[in-house]
Amino acid sequence: MTFFFEVLVTGLMVGIMYSLVALGFVLIFKASEVFNMAQGAMSLFAGLALVGFLDQYLQLPLWLALLCTVAVMTIWAYAIVFIVLKPLVARPPLMLFMATFGVAYLMEGIGQSIYGTQAKGLNLGIPDTPIVIGGIFMSTFDLFFTGVAAILVIGLVWFFQKTRTGRALRAVSDDHEAALSVGIPLLKAWTITWIVAGVVATVAGVAWGTRLGVQFSLTYIALKSLPVLIIGGLDSIPGAIIAGLIVGAGENLGEVFIGPYVGGGIQTFFPYLLALIVLYFRPYGLFGKEIIERV
Amino acid sequence: MNEKKEPLLRAENIHISFGGLKALNDVSLEIYPGEIMAIIGPNGAGKTTMLNIINGFYKQDEGRIIFEGKKRSKKMKPNRIAAQGIARTFQNLALFRGMSALGNIMMGRTMKMHANIFSQALYWRFSQKEEIEHRKAVEHIIDFLQIQNIRRTPASTLPYGLQKRVELGRALAAEPKLLLLDEPMAGMNLEEKEDIARYVLDANEELGYTIALIEHDMGVVMDICDRIVVLDFGNKIAEGTPEEIKSNQKVIKAYLGEAEN
Repeated sequence: MTFFFEVLVTGLMVGIMYSLVALGFVLIFKASEVFNMAQGAMSLFAGLALVGFLDQYLQLPLWLALLCTVAVMTIWAYAIVFIVLKPLVARPPLMLFMATFGVAYLMEGIGQSIYGTQAKGLNLGIPDTPIVIGGIFMSTFDLFFTGVAAILVIGLVWFFQKTRTGRALRAVSDDHEAALSVGIPLLKAWTITWIVAGVVATVAGVAWGTRLGVQFSLTYIALKSLPVLIIGGLDSIPGAIIAGLIVGAGENLGEVFIGPYVGGGIQTFFPYLLALIVLYFRPYGLFGKEIIERV
Repeated sequence: MNEKKEPLLRAENIHISFGGLKALNDVSLEIYPGEIMAIIGPNGAGKTTMLNIINGFYKQDEGRIIFEGKKRSKKMKPNRIAAQGIARTFQNLALFRGMSALGNIMMGRTMKMHANIFSQALYWRFSQKEEIEHRKAVEHIIDFLQIQNIRRTPASTLPYGLQKRVELGRALAAEPKLLLLDEPMAGMNLEEKEDIARYVLDANEELGYTIALIEHDMGVVMDICDRIVVLDFGNKIAEGTPEEIKSNQKVIKAYLGEAEN
C-alpha cells in the first residue's frame, strides 16, 4: 500500500507541473479565445532567460534574475498583443491559433540564437534529497514546486476574484462587447492576461528546467498539457489544476500497475487515452463551460 | 420636446454598408437632453446598426457623430466612448455570466472609478475606500430596480426577465449622459414589460437620464416615448411625436405593407 501511495504522490507532483503549463493556456483562452500554442515556448524562453541572467551571460542574484525574466516575458506579452494579435482582431479563431504557432517558432528561434542550443542545468539550490512523510518517500524538490504552484494558484484566484483588474479581465473573458460597453479597454486587458500567462510560464519553465534541465524539448511539455486541457475544460482554472493532477497520477499509476502487462511505455499515451474517454462523455471537459447553442 | 434645445447627440447623414447591403442610408437623427427617444422599424431596418454606430461598435462609412457639440473622431474606441458617458444594453443579453448580479452592476461603475482600473494594485487602501462609495451607488440602483433578493445570484442562473433588469442596472451604474437600450422588453410577458417600462420612465423622470431605445412593442413606445424615429430598409422614413407617427401614412405602409393595386 505504501508503494501505491508513493507512486500516486509522485504522479500528483508531476501533475502539478502539467497544471502549470495548462494554466497558462486557460488564462489566455478565457481572455481572448486564443488557443495559445506558444505557451510551451514561453516556458522554454523563460527558462532560457533565467539561465542567461543567472550564469550564462550575467551572474545576477536569483531574485534579480527572476525579476528580469518576468520583465522579458512582459516585453514578449506586449510584442505578441500589439504586433501579432492586434492586426488580427475579429478574425477567425483558426487564424489566431496559427499565429501563435508562428510566435512559438519565433521564440524558439530567438532563444536558440541568443542562448545557444545546448541543454543547460538550472540549479536553484534546492536539495534533491528525498524526505519521508508518513512512511512515504517524497522528493524535496517536488514538494517545493508543489508549494510554489499552490501559492501561484491562490495568488491567481485572489487576483481574479478580489482585485478590480482581475474582475475586469473576467468581464472581458465573459463578454467582449459588454466589457467594451462598460469602458474596459480590450487590448490592455489582453496585454495584462499575456503578462500573467508569462509569469505562469516562467514558474512552469523554472520548475521543469530545474527538473530536466533547460532544453528545447521543454516546448513539448505543452503537448502533454493538451490532454490536461481536454480533461479539465479549456476555460476552467480549477479544471486545469485538477486535470493536471489526474493526468500526472493516472500516467504514473498506469505505468507502474498496468504497464507490466502490456510491456510498459504506457506513460506516453495514457493521458491521451484519458482525454479521449473524457471527450466521449463530456466534450467540454470536466469543468468547462457547457456551450448550449440555440437553434 | 423643445426643438430649440441643443441636441445631446446628433448623427448626421450616416451611411454604412456591410458587403453589398446598405444597412443605413443617409440617416440623420438627434437625441435631445432629458428625452426618451425611440427608434422603431420593421426587422432589418437598421435600428441596432444605428445604436452600434452611436456607441462605437461600428464605424460609419460616411457621415458624422456629434456628441455634446463636439465631432467625434472615427478612430475612437468603444471603451473611450463609454468613458464619455454613453452606456448601453444589448438585444441579446450580454451579461458577465461568471459574476453575480451585484458583480455585473459593479462592473458598470468601471468608468466612474477614480483610480485607473489597471493601477489598483498601487493604490490598495485608496481604492478600497473608493470601492465602498461605489458599492453605495450600486445599492441605490439595486433598490431602484427592486432586485435586492438576487444580488448574490450568479447572473447566468437568473430568469430572463431579471437578467434584462440586471443589464439595465449595469448601464445605469455608469450614470451615463446617454443611455441606449436595445429592445429592453424583447421576449417578455406583459407584466415584465410593464415593470421595465416603469423603470425606464422613472430613470428618465426621477433620475433625469436621456434615453434612446429600440422597441418593437408599439403600445409601450407610444406610451413612454417623447419622440420617435422610424427606419425602414436603412432609410429614415418619419420622425415625430407618437401622435404624428401613429397617423403617418409611410409608417403604416412600412409596417403593414401596401395593397398591390
